[in-house]
Amino acid sequence: MYGLGMARGLLVTLKNMTKKPFTIQYPEERVKQHPRFRGEEFVWYEERCTGCASCAKYCPLGIIKIVTSPSESAPKEGDKYKLEVFDIELQRCMFCGLCVEACPYDCLFMGSGFEQGRYSREDMVIHVEDLRNSAKNPSTFYRPQLEQSGYDPRGGRPLSWREVGREKWDWHKREKAGLRLIETDIDSPSEESR
Amino acid sequence: MNCQLASDSIFYQNALYRFIYDTAGTLVPCSFSHVIAGLTIMLMLVNSVLLGAALVTWLERRLLGRLHNRIGPNRWGPFGLLQPIADLVKLITKEDLVPSGADRIIFTAVPLVMMVPLVLMTAVIPFAQDTMLADLNIGVLFILAVSSATTIGIFMAGWSSNNRYALFGAARSVAVLISYEVPVVISLLGVVMISGSMSLNDIVHAQSIPFLLVQPIALFVFVTGMSAELNRTPFDIAEAESEIIAGYHTEYSGIKFALIFATETGAMLVVSAVIATLFLGGWNGPLEDFLGWFWFLLKTLAIIFVFIWVRATYPRLRLDQIMALSWKFLLPLSLINLAITAVEVFLLRDASGHLSLADLWIMAAINIPMAILLILLMGGLFQKKINSLPVRTETPMVPGVPTIEVK
Repeated sequence: MYGLGMARGLLVTLKNMTKKPFTIQYPEERVKQHPRFRGEEFVWYEERCTGCASCAKYCPLGIIKIVTSPSESAPKEGDKYKLEVFDIELQRCMFCGLCVEACPYDCLFMGSGFEQGRYSREDMVIHVEDLRNSAKNPSTFYRPQLEQSGYDPRGGRPLSWREVGREKWDWHKREKAGLRLIETDIDSPSEESR
Repeated sequence: MNCQLASDSIFYQNALYRFIYDTAGTLVPCSFSHVIAGLTIMLMLVNSVLLGAALVTWLERRLLGRLHNRIGPNRWGPFGLLQPIADLVKLITKEDLVPSGADRIIFTAVPLVMMVPLVLMTAVIPFAQDTMLADLNIGVLFILAVSSATTIGIFMAGWSSNNRYALFGAARSVAVLISYEVPVVISLLGVVMISGSMSLNDIVHAQSIPFLLVQPIALFVFVTGMSAELNRTPFDIAEAESEIIAGYHTEYSGIKFALIFATETGAMLVVSAVIATLFLGGWNGPLEDFLGWFWFLLKTLAIIFVFIWVRATYPRLRLDQIMALSWKFLLPLSLINLAITAVEVFLLRDASGHLSLADLWIMAAINIPMAILLILLMGGLFQKKINSLPVRTETPMVPGVPTIEVK
């Protein structure tokens, strides 16, 4: 009946008075964040990167700029390039994650933060130094090996470049030992893994 | 010096006025006592309306939040109590714009024209036993006349703004006012008939049981009609944000907007006080000699809660639905209520024209089932009418142009 429906509507709102408010007071309280959350501050492992620039090619917005130069050692087959410029213009980034999906060497990861508000447009461009120095808390987005290990980027420890690959370190050593690694790092990880 | 208020003065019944007059009479010449007493009470009333409006803004936002399962403003002060001050500071520091092509004088006068009737309304409301600025013997009529005057301000705002949305809002507001003034006035006639007086103080004295029980239909019609006249949700088509920006105050900014906003919330406060006086027994209650103001505030807050509750629940009505609600539902309802009350008063009153407590209980026993029955019955009738929306016919009368036909 018409009038009863109106009364029932009033009861619906009155019942809300007895419930706990749904609001989460953001700066003090936080929503639990999913490990796959695609955040800012991309996590980049220079040791794994060859400078192939797949990420720049797959970016639908073309906001990744990569300039490489041959490394000091003579460029043999499979040798890596040295990165001069790695700029990501976050102001236009839509966090689709295609660059991360495109990376063949598991060296680029989505970050886990979202509080990177800046005061100027220039600050919104991430440079290669920022990528080198940023916290290594990679999101598990498109990285099943991280997800299987149960890694949670929020509050988890930072991961080193040896822990984030699709394959175990021994596999790398056996198949492609040294080919895309910085020379100084070749020996030490193999000793650690034993 | 040392003068007392004469017992034949029209202010003699007013306890607060008499107290201030006699106190001032010991200090200054008698000719100043009226000025001091009047100004003191006026200052109290104006400040109570403005401060009350600020508090009602806070209360409304907090309660709306709780009714919507949110928190509401809680950052500034305990429970967000200082939020109105923050809002006011923000609005004062904003630029005070007057649009080009606007009628500057009328545009500037609008906040005043809207605020003054609101303050005038408080003059006749008894906020404790025998305590008000003026005990007018036409109090109900005064309130009805003055409360409608705010709409003049609304139309001035709409016309002088040089903005078509403002004009739409003003035109809608006037249309709503004209429709709802009729059932509101008729519904109040029942109360006046039972109490035998138009003075609000006498009406409170007559309420040995609250008129909420004796006149439930009148209360329903009055609350509905007043929320329409105050442009409150679900009748807020005059300032429908999703349709016409902000309605009549689209072009207002800064302190002018603050005053208009304070008028809207303050109007809710004052109208709630009127409803509490007319239907809930005003300052009636235990220990009414000392706690009259407390019962009055409590009842006013209860009515304010109902207004906020309704706003949190119902969506906005269309203009045709609002008109239909007034003319097809509230007007017949109030007319029937008037007829029933007239017959009851005619049969039950004693030789001197008064109604005893037993008579009021008899009326309540008749009127409450009657109210439930009538509202449900007429709501059913109203439902059939409200569903008759325009339908497209199969064959267009003019080739190529589909005809709209009302079923």
